[in-house]
Amino acid sequence: MISTELVDLSRLQFAVTALYHFLFVPLTLGMTFLLVTMELTYLVTAREIYKDMVKFWGKLFGINFALGVTTGITMEFQFGTNWAYYSHYVGDIFGAPLAIEGLMAFFLESTFIGLFFFGWDKLGKWKHFMVTVLMAVGSNLSALWILIANGWMQNPVGSDFSFVSMRMEMANFWTIVFNPVAQAKFVHTVSAGYLTASLFVLGISSYYLLKGRDLDFARRSFRVAAGFGFASALSVIVLGDESGYTVGEAQQTKLAAIEAMWHTEPAPASLVAFALPNEETRRNDYEIRIPYVLGLIGTRSLTGTIPGISEIKERNRQRIIDGVLAVKALEALRRDKHDEAALKVFNEHKADLGFGLLLKKYTADVSTATPEMIQQAVDSTVPKVAPMFFGFRVMVALGFGMLALFSLALLYSIKGNFMEKKWLLRWALLFIPAPWIAAELGWVVAEYGRQPWTIYGVLPTHLSVSNLTPSNIYGSLAGFVAFYTLLLVIEMYLMVKYARQGPSSLGTGKYHGEAAYAQGAR
Amino acid sequence: MDYETLKLVWWLLVGVLLIGFAVMDGHDMGVGALLPFVGRNDVERRVVINTVAPHWDGNQVWFITAGGAIFAAWPLVYATAFSGFYWAMMAVLWALFFRPVGFDYRSKLQNPTWRNTWDWGLFIGGAVPPIIFGVAFGNLLLGVPFQFDDTLRSTYTGTFWQLLNPFALLSGVVSLSMIVFQGANFLMLRTEGDISRRAKTASLIFGAVTFVTFALAGLWVMNGIEGYAITSHIDPNALPDPLDKTVIREAGAWMHNYALYSWAKWVPLTAFIAIAAGMLAARMNRPGAAFIASSVACGGIIATAGVSMFPFVMPSSLDPRSSLTVWDSVSSQMTLGLMLGATVIFMPLIIFYTSWAYKVMRGKVTVEYIKAHDKSVY
Repeated sequence: MISTELVDLSRLQFAVTALYHFLFVPLTLGMTFLLVTMELTYLVTAREIYKDMVKFWGKLFGINFALGVTTGITMEFQFGTNWAYYSHYVGDIFGAPLAIEGLMAFFLESTFIGLFFFGWDKLGKWKHFMVTVLMAVGSNLSALWILIANGWMQNPVGSDFSFVSMRMEMANFWTIVFNPVAQAKFVHTVSAGYLTASLFVLGISSYYLLKGRDLDFARRSFRVAAGFGFASALSVIVLGDESGYTVGEAQQTKLAAIEAMWHTEPAPASLVAFALPNEETRRNDYEIRIPYVLGLIGTRSLTGTIPGISEIKERNRQRIIDGVLAVKALEALRRDKHDEAALKVFNEHKADLGFGLLLKKYTADVSTATPEMIQQAVDSTVPKVAPMFFGFRVMVALGFGMLALFSLALLYSIKGNFMEKKWLLRWALLFIPAPWIAAELGWVVAEYGRQPWTIYGVLPTHLSVSNLTPSNIYGSLAGFVAFYTLLLVIEMYLMVKYARQGPSSLGTGKYHGEAAYAQGAR
Repeated sequence: MDYETLKLVWWLLVGVLLIGFAVMDGHDMGVGALLPFVGRNDVERRVVINTVAPHWDGNQVWFITAGGAIFAAWPLVYATAFSGFYWAMMAVLWALFFRPVGFDYRSKLQNPTWRNTWDWGLFIGGAVPPIIFGVAFGNLLLGVPFQFDDTLRSTYTGTFWQLLNPFALLSGVVSLSMIVFQGANFLMLRTEGDISRRAKTASLIFGAVTFVTFALAGLWVMNGIEGYAITSHIDPNALPDPLDKTVIREAGAWMHNYALYSWAKWVPLTAFIAIAAGMLAARMNRPGAAFIASSVACGGIIATAGVSMFPFVMPSSLDPRSSLTVWDSVSSQMTLGLMLGATVIFMPLIIFYTSWAYKVMRGKVTVEYIKAHDKSVY
């Protein structure tokens, strides 16, 4: 039996390292395209200031990127080190997009980022611009393949289980690539990245404007960020809506938890704007409902129903019971590959194999599972409602807050009087952390919401871990926390230092503080 | 393409990726390992760092992609090796942490303590991973204590300290000196004056160490190590099930392929010749030729390990039947075929634009260059 402590610690380490990695990813995704926009403006207008913008914002981008690379390697190692059984069980499918990501995207991004920073004097203007474009394309393609892998975890299409190799095998690559969950996630995630980068530039530019320094530089940066950010905020909200949550059972389960929908409602379902979900009584102690809205958004129809938690659980109970037959038949087939009777039973119940495996958490021999164990397994199939419900709502609220900010920023950019709106500039500055908080919460909703599975309906998280001892994980987790804390302190120090220093850090002699510095030095 | 051929092709491709990693990421790791010794003051160290500054990130992707390809092509190897060698992998990972931040952050502050600390960080990031990869290869040749249960869940019964046995440590020295040799030749090529002279000394020293330790390790394998051999019939076209075979340990089994195939001896011989040629070229102040020769040496040394063990990839000392081979640790035919397609399309592109990047940044990195670009280079 696998110890629950080991599983919980492995999950904690994964969550810590993934959430940490994701502090650096969104800014990279968005910043590269903002740099493309600025550099294109430089080429078209031939104004040196846009080149300085590319270089300065590129410097901040580089400080962020270094930690993105550092913490990204952890993610690739960790499937093997801590999730060995997962890696074996689904590597045939999950490994492919990761390898293709390396070949198609990461090589591109990483090779051209070197030329982006060091190639200014060695490349013509247009060649350098091409380098920046390829870097941006590389980083975004990278996100595409990672999210294809992740989308398959949420909605495992295009694959089949083989009892000979004792794992899932790829059946149709293109189904996996065009998995609707993966595509929705990709668009939502990269848009969130563009939004993050826009707010980063908007906020820091506002700081210069509030301080009354580097005005020309800050104004131009503010305008680029306002336009780019407005489009991104719209895209994040429109393309991140709940329509993505009706595809596949995992997403439906998440939706029920997000909406604290304890029971299926007659169509079209109402949207719970606010509630106090109570896990014990399985109802909301207090709630404000908006009629019809959820049904309309979720199913894009007046008649589609969205299943509630109780109904999902009852559906899963039957699958667990049928799954026991599949597990037993598989065990017989592993002993004797030619056992025809077992093969027949196995093929009949194969679809529920994963549900039968859920019982392995409670007993080694699933056929001896007691009704209490089955009940526990059934209850575990829906994640806890409160973290999903509130996590999602805070994310959405921040999303709308950012949309409002960017709408006004764009409006006053067009009017040309945003410099006078001190309240807007302060809002932009103070709101810098908002996209990061939203992105981290988005990760929690998507990945915690998939529990108790690593691959929905196929492989329970409990079985996915490596055969290590808890003390191993305590040790490595302590190491990660120590390294990551130190690195974060260093990164934030440099980021704040360079952001405060502003474009004068380029040493061109044209910006705030440089003349004074030169006089003082003489 | 039939399944058997695909399995063989992927054995070759994993080898190609590992060699690509040693040649490309190897030279910047070697430069990192030499950094504190060949750069005696801040500006010299900046020269050293900036020889690889535009390229280390792209080169590191060889490592990432080799990892991803092993995950996709040999999922059982990826799962068993990474979880079994848990602390060794953590050590590699944490050592690698020093590279991106070391390169990018070092010269962002003037403080000498800050810069000196990162220089040693880059040293760790350059020296520790090659040692551990060498140690890991040594342990693969010895066999690793793991076994599978009926559901193919692996259990590793060894400890981290057992990995550090004499033969594996010798392999670690082979690997480290090979990488430093490679780095020294690159550094010689891209610098001038004192730094280039020191790099030349390092090239001659580490070339010699590589030659001697590789020879010692070879003698040890010939005379002192039990290899592994499959004793049951293997159907190379079957779906992989590692438990469906019998394996024995026997002295001299790692020499079978050399007896079986007359060309096989040319793999280690190429490595020896290339090391000698690399040293000769360095001595004659022909760093370009030396770099090519040490790249070939990297290939020869890694291929020697592969050829000796073939068809084994990760033999099990605890339960030889659980050993992982090219026949039974692989992905499905569809995944292997698909990944081959992706490699055939993208690998030439990668080689093309990587070469272009080196061409753009060609020429010696000098103290004057660093001083002229104080704010923009590392």
